[in-house]
Amino acid sequence: MDGIIKVLYDMSASMILPTTAAFVIAAIGLNVHFGFTGLLNMGQAGFMLIGAYGYAISIGAGLPFWVAFFIAIFAGIAFALILGIPTLQLRGDYLAIVTIAAAEIIRMVGRASILNDITGGSNGLTGESFRNPFAEMSLFGDGQTQILWFEFDNTGVNGWWARAVTWFMVFVFAALVWLLMRSPWGRVIKSIREDEEAVRSLGKNVFSFKMQSLVVGGVLGAIGGVMFILPTSLQPDAMGRNMTFLIWTAMLLGGAATIFGPILGSIVFFALRLMVQGTMRLVVPDAWMNIQQTEQFSWIMVGVALMLIVIFRPQGMIGNKKELNFNV
Amino acid sequence: MVHQPVLALFARKWSRTFVALIVGLLVAALWTLSQPSSAFAADAATGPCVADSATGCFNGTIKGVGAGVKIVISGNGQEVTAVTDADGKWNAAVTVAGSYTLTLDETTLPSGVTMKSEATQTRDITLGFNKGAVFTVNGGTTDGGTTDGGTTDGGTAETATGFNWDRLAQQSASGLRLGLLLALASIGLSLIYGTTGLSNFAHAEQVTLGGLLAYTFANQLGLNIFLATAIVVVIAGFTGWLQDVIIWKPLRKKGLSLTQLIIVTIGLALALQYTFQMFYGARTLRIIMATPETIDIGPVTFTIESLWAMGVSIVVLAGVGFFLTRTRTGRATRAVSDNPALASASGIDVDRIIRIVWIMSAALAGLSGVMLGLVLNGISWQTGMQLLLLMFSAVTLGGLGTAFGALVGSLVIGMTVELSNMVLPGDFKYATALLLLIIILLVRPQGLFGRKERIG
Repeated sequence: MDGIIKVLYDMSASMILPTTAAFVIAAIGLNVHFGFTGLLNMGQAGFMLIGAYGYAISIGAGLPFWVAFFIAIFAGIAFALILGIPTLQLRGDYLAIVTIAAAEIIRMVGRASILNDITGGSNGLTGESFRNPFAEMSLFGDGQTQILWFEFDNTGVNGWWARAVTWFMVFVFAALVWLLMRSPWGRVIKSIREDEEAVRSLGKNVFSFKMQSLVVGGVLGAIGGVMFILPTSLQPDAMGRNMTFLIWTAMLLGGAATIFGPILGSIVFFALRLMVQGTMRLVVPDAWMNIQQTEQFSWIMVGVALMLIVIFRPQGMIGNKKELNFNV
Repeated sequence: MVHQPVLALFARKWSRTFVALIVGLLVAALWTLSQPSSAFAADAATGPCVADSATGCFNGTIKGVGAGVKIVISGNGQEVTAVTDADGKWNAAVTVAGSYTLTLDETTLPSGVTMKSEATQTRDITLGFNKGAVFTVNGGTTDGGTTDGGTTDGGTAETATGFNWDRLAQQSASGLRLGLLLALASIGLSLIYGTTGLSNFAHAEQVTLGGLLAYTFANQLGLNIFLATAIVVVIAGFTGWLQDVIIWKPLRKKGLSLTQLIIVTIGLALALQYTFQMFYGARTLRIIMATPETIDIGPVTFTIESLWAMGVSIVVLAGVGFFLTRTRTGRATRAVSDNPALASASGIDVDRIIRIVWIMSAALAGLSGVMLGLVLNGISWQTGMQLLLLMFSAVTLGGLGTAFGALVGSLVIGMTVELSNMVLPGDFKYATALLLLIIILLVRPQGLFGRKERIG
């Protein structure tokens, strides 16, 4: 019984984690790329990583929080431009290959031992080296607070302050994307997804619109990266290819091309993964499957789930099939 | 992404696979006796500590020190001592999130072993997460010279930055080796792309599968390596057939778009990676336990296994070329790549051709996995994954025009990876190859040998 309660607690706790919120922000960015514009971005973790580095290194250099934050955003913009210029005029799968390659380049360069003094090499940067300016802005003061069955520090490493800020950002960005997508700009973006040639024949500069979309989603990715490292630490290998694939799974699970899809998808995704892992741990004897193996098993389930969603329910939980265009 | 001329498609698939292979080969060449570090290994470190909502786990592996080395983790009012096991693995649980100081007790190191990294490190941990910490030592009794995931790249590369002709020759030869092995793996990628239009992200896992099966047969069951290779190729080919029958053919009939199929391959890759991890663990496994013998050819030193791998690759590549250009089925394969509808109308059984292509690709990937395992002196669940992008780069780089272009793409990527090592730290060698891909797309998106109208 205790085991079941613990699994339920873990699941509910994962739903409000600041890292989950950061992940959601990156997923909203990817949704702008793929769901609304039809861009096959396979390097969203690269946007996160470059934003994280931009922020952490700036703080390390003694810059104030907001300057560092804008450097992170600027890094996301620059990365989007560099990726977009060679690929947005080409067929969609080129963008996929280039974004995945570019994300790997960022990771490999970041973890290079020659840059140890700047990026911390493969060990990354500790949370302490960049988190204080964020914690100092806390409006919550010291102490601990219990809400429902959750009790956390008000301001500490992984406390209510980080939760409040990241989830507030999720709310702001979701609203922003909602407004963007019902604006004239959003209608052009969505029609590019539907039929690029038709939009071009109306005299719109498709390349430019795609680029703008790539920048918007990339900036969201970079901000997601910053928020992701704040409660933890910057680990280049934590933001590798698998992170991108997780974001894809979560976005598709919730429903691409919807406002709430990425949010719902991410929350459900993490909770389900913990449920699978926790249940396996409770039900399956150690002799059959040890604890590492239950974790690996939960990852296998992630892969299988991704396949099944795409095959049988590409619109995800709340999406509309007509809104999707997989023909990039 | 509609059907492009056969050769174009062929070339493209080729390059991708080739890149992956080349990277693998390069890695192997550089660290003939050592194994490539894995970026992800730290995540997979094993041990009894399990991170959950109330626990965070520190863990790591110190290679070459054996059991009994102590690491003291202190901070946040806690002090925990971790001790390495026989493999140098250690882990420790803490119950308060925050920053900890990890101190390796140098007096517990075996005699003659000194610290290479800092003996005291600071790490932050969040409850529910694992956090790796890497300590490296000089003078350890390293099995194959492996160090823990994360730091490995340093050593070999940095000692080798000076220029001399011998080194140029060695690196070029290693580049050739990587290029050939990449080419071997890329053929399948290229063929599948050619006939079905699918960019198969799970192709790398076929490579890994080959290597791991070779470990099972040659190491665990003790079979002769040639016999084991033959068995692996057969099994790998069977998995290709099985995949086509249970996944790809039904999905083609269902009419899934190519983008959906790409995402399906990504899901498959993820599932397979962790399946491998579940059965084989996260360690790097050696197919042949004996210390490799080396041969000097002029200034170039190769292991016997490397020479065999290169020889086999050349023969097989030639065989595939012969098959595609001189046999009926091979010509039909190219026809399907060129225009499936027309091929079908001409009486070619397209489904049969695609099935043959899947079998062939999987078998070739399996073979390349065995070769990579021998050349790299080890295989792990992520060996293929690390090479996948190099394969894609090689296929794209070679261009959509010709199969020849893809082969050249693989060799170029192989050479780039190895030669960049002469001027840049080893950390950057894969990055250089990927950068080359992006630059090529910028100035010549159709690839080196492609024709411009084919890029959509």
